[in-house]
Amino acid sequence: MPKLKFDILESTCIPLPLENIDTDQIIPARFLSATSREGFGENLFRDWRYDTSGNKNDAFILNNQNYKGTVLVAGKNFGCGSSREHAVWALTDYGFRAVVSSFFADIFKNNSLNNGLLPVVVPEEFLNDLLEIIQREPETRIRIDLDKQLFSVLPPGESVEFEINPYKKKCLLKGLDDIDYLLSIREIIAGYEFRNKLKRCESK
Amino acid sequence: MTPKTLFDKIWDSHVVRTIEGGSDVLYIDQHFIHEVTSPQAFDGLRARGIPVFRPAKTLATADHNIPTIDQDLPIKDELSRNQVETLNENCKKFGIEYFSLNHPNNGIVHVIGPELGYTLPGTTIVCGDSHTSTHGAFGTIAFGIGTSEVEMVLASQCILQNKPKKIRITVNGELQKGVTPKDIILHIISQMSSGGATGYFVEYAGSAIEALSMEGRMTVCNMSIEMGARGGLIATDLTTFEYLNNIPSLANRPDFKSLLLSWRNLKTDEGASFDREVVFDAGIIKPMITYGTNPGMGMAIDEVIPRINNDREGAVTLAKALDYMGFRPDMKLPGHQVDYVFLGSCTNGRIEDLRAFAHFVKGKKKAPEVTALIVPGSKRVEQQAIDEGLDKILSEAGFELRQPGCSSCLAMNEDRIPAGKYAVSTSNRNFEGRQGPGSRTLLASPLTAAAAAITGKITDPRDLLNN
Repeated sequence: MPKLKFDILESTCIPLPLENIDTDQIIPARFLSATSREGFGENLFRDWRYDTSGNKNDAFILNNQNYKGTVLVAGKNFGCGSSREHAVWALTDYGFRAVVSSFFADIFKNNSLNNGLLPVVVPEEFLNDLLEIIQREPETRIRIDLDKQLFSVLPPGESVEFEINPYKKKCLLKGLDDIDYLLSIREIIAGYEFRNKLKRCESK
Repeated sequence: MTPKTLFDKIWDSHVVRTIEGGSDVLYIDQHFIHEVTSPQAFDGLRARGIPVFRPAKTLATADHNIPTIDQDLPIKDELSRNQVETLNENCKKFGIEYFSLNHPNNGIVHVIGPELGYTLPGTTIVCGDSHTSTHGAFGTIAFGIGTSEVEMVLASQCILQNKPKKIRITVNGELQKGVTPKDIILHIISQMSSGGATGYFVEYAGSAIEALSMEGRMTVCNMSIEMGARGGLIATDLTTFEYLNNIPSLANRPDFKSLLLSWRNLKTDEGASFDREVVFDAGIIKPMITYGTNPGMGMAIDEVIPRINNDREGAVTLAKALDYMGFRPDMKLPGHQVDYVFLGSCTNGRIEDLRAFAHFVKGKKKAPEVTALIVPGSKRVEQQAIDEGLDKILSEAGFELRQPGCSSCLAMNEDRIPAGKYAVSTSNRNFEGRQGPGSRTLLASPLTAAAAAITGKITDPRDLLNN
């Protein structure tokens, strides 16, 4: 089961100032043959981290020792493309706890929330400033307070509030998942099915 | 009554309840699964010790990770074989219908759902695959989900979703000769950008959409995700009903007439409002081709690659894309060398696509330097192609019809494009490495792919149509 709980996180960040980073880059399809959720971190951003002969690409940010942390900051439309949840598993397996961008692809966002990886949506201008700051000063620390829905650059840098679905926020703060909830209302779901059957009979 | 959109009609009738924060518990009528995104969901059920809630509402097929030759032999790659076997075991254990490799109903999940009559108007459909939007062509709410959500559907036949906003994309007018449904959607995405419809569900409308066959409509709906949309749907009409009436398993159902009646009103009411409206003119659409590394980086085949404007957003991303593709700004693509051609996928792997390609290459010869992968979307498509003699036409022109599967669209199997090579592909994604590490993908229609296969160069298909 994934680690779902999220409340407060303080960390340095890893900047990835590209837009439309798709899930094929996060985890290429040829690594999707596994049947468990573990071990995908090894191949996170595989084709950007390594060249075709398997040598480390020193120019790529994850291979740069100056940048460390559990927060990835990326250009807009992060996680577009394939619905593969393996992309989120690769990020969490590598050690990321949150991703910051100005907007996320819908399926990626849902997948993240279902795995305790917090997608933090910040205004585009704030994102561009943040990317500049952390590229220039890799030691910059940030703080994410989920309860207050506040993203802050430490110390005493700028802060910005972020949106999150109140139900999902509660799930993350308590470490619960949707399946727990859906299982608890199975009788109500069966009732919905029964009413639909009746409706179909009436319309005949 | 307030006028409603088709999307709202279907969505609202599937809401079991709404919870705090506005998320809906959405009932799912039809769930499709495949080998790649389902094993971890079944593991979740096992860990919780629970059964599949409504096994009859899930259908399984193996498509992503299978070879497209020698399908009667065991799968060579151990991990792939294990994944396909795992699906087989899970379906057996949890009581789910499964069309395994070599079953006459096997094929790409978004090809078999419609052709076998599992895709019904007015329903909700999900699958752990982003191209589930394909089924929207039948007036359904169909969208891709992640594996945790697959587990939710298996456990409860429901998922929690926030209702997306609505956008209507209207395409009016008549298509020019040599322009296909694929060009319509590539044109729309090039204008909307790859994230331009994020947060929205699309309804496609207008005379050009109404004029399309069901297969053409599926091609359009299929790529909705490539502009970020959750899905895309099209109102039902006579074309829809005729298609469904031709599926014997459906038409023979005793309740088929009452089903048909219930599908008649699956359209948006006059005066219903959308969050956004966009209108396109079909008459100006030309054969399209992509030049970059996301489907939004597309243009008419006779245009030049855009310049990198450093003052505008996306400059770094565009520069990286062109560098990857080995292209430069202001460059024209026709005449550029092509190494591979791929016809297939859930976007363009149906019989009409195979027909279009075969008729185009009939009496011509494949360029010797081009490697072509011609992959039907399903066993039924494969059989129909053979019945119609398309395999002979293809073979006389130097092409070989392979066996069905997702194949080179995502290259999980051996159908990979080598690093640095150029592939004109009828699939849906041109992401870096999508068709194999270092592969360079140019998305296009079956006709543009056929033209490239014949000349060995990027070619405007209209140049060969007129001869």
